[in-house]
Amino acid sequence: MSAHHPDDDHSHLDAMTLRVRALETVLTEKGYVDPAALDELIDIYENRVGPKNGARVVARAWSDPAYRARLMENGTEAIRELGYAGRQGEHLVVVENTPGVHNMVVCTLCSCYPWPVLGLPPVWYKSAPYRSRAVNDPRGVLAEFGVELPEGTEINVWDSTSEMRYLVLPMRPEGTEGWSEEDLAALVTRDAMIGTGLPLSPEEVPA
Amino acid sequence: MTTVHDMGGVHGFGAVEPEADEPMFHAEWERRAFAVTLASATPGGWSIDESRFTRESLPPAEYLTSSYYEIWFAGVVNLLKSRGLVTDEELAAGHALEPPKPSVKALKAADVAATLGRGGPTEREATAPARFKVGDRVVTSRANPPTHTRLPRYARGRIGTIHRVHGVHVFADKNAIHAGENPAWLYNVRFETGELWGPDAQSPGAVHCDLWEPHLEAA
Repeated sequence: MSAHHPDDDHSHLDAMTLRVRALETVLTEKGYVDPAALDELIDIYENRVGPKNGARVVARAWSDPAYRARLMENGTEAIRELGYAGRQGEHLVVVENTPGVHNMVVCTLCSCYPWPVLGLPPVWYKSAPYRSRAVNDPRGVLAEFGVELPEGTEINVWDSTSEMRYLVLPMRPEGTEGWSEEDLAALVTRDAMIGTGLPLSPEEVPA
Repeated sequence: MTTVHDMGGVHGFGAVEPEADEPMFHAEWERRAFAVTLASATPGGWSIDESRFTRESLPPAEYLTSSYYEIWFAGVVNLLKSRGLVTDEELAAGHALEPPKPSVKALKAADVAATLGRGGPTEREATAPARFKVGDRVVTSRANPPTHTRLPRYARGRIGTIHRVHGVHVFADKNAIHAGENPAWLYNVRFETGELWGPDAQSPGAVHCDLWEPHLEAA
């Protein structure tokens, strides 16, 4: 942290770097913030919590009908069984894609997102184009993600306006009969669990 | 409040641009701004509702021209100043100029995991029966409060159907303005796209919002 970098010179640092550093310094000097707690928070969300968690939930639901039933009945409790809970996932609801219904999640008012299962949201999820258009132009948004659904598919958009957090349970890809949960989880992309993507097909799995 | 953060259905923002292999943070200052914001809630003692209200209260032009973590940073600075925990003079100096307030607690590194694990559940005990049940038709409020509300403007004065009953939850609109938790029944309400967007609606389809009983009347 204190290592000297060639560019670690205030005159070359941008305004936000300086402003954030000033705030962190003031808060630390006053004892309101523990820098080690900041490092821990960053490490958790940068390295430990992410869409791999959600992919495990989806793969379990695809493999275990009893788990799937519990997940649809009470998402919070079923997801807690796998060890995922807490901040921005206090109340979880799973919405299920079917051949006739596709689900997509947005937060038009801010950036609500199920952190324990998906990690922190990507920039596009928090951006004005997505927040504005997901609710009135979902097909146009999906096209920008390369997703085209059959004409008659009903699209349900879930606007996260309370502390309920939504996770999409995509349809299990064909040709995966007998696959292990671990192999299935590799098909589950982050976007498939937001509803802006579909799971990978067996042919698309990276080697 | 009805300002630029309430984006649902607004035109003109252009295409969604997903970034391939996006990093979690795009600059070191974003990491620090993110963590400072989360950690400051311990000494600051504000609710998530108040922090949202503070962010959306930025001047509209500033909100729209700021990046996500710039908005977070501006928000946490305003919250900290509102509690007297930092001053503009200190931010300009980059150092503490006043002694710390007594008995303000910091979030300790050892407590981070447990604090995140607890989160902030908003469900509360019911003290009255739910007014609506699944399948009931409801009409949403047309109110346009100058303070925080979780009823987006595109869904005001519209008819929907109760899709799910979530239980009794802290009412964000009141909690954001220090008016108490005011727990109220929370419902998932389904709005058919035609009800929201008229002839421009993409159908078949619906938009679902979570709304509290004070947002709703029987239709």
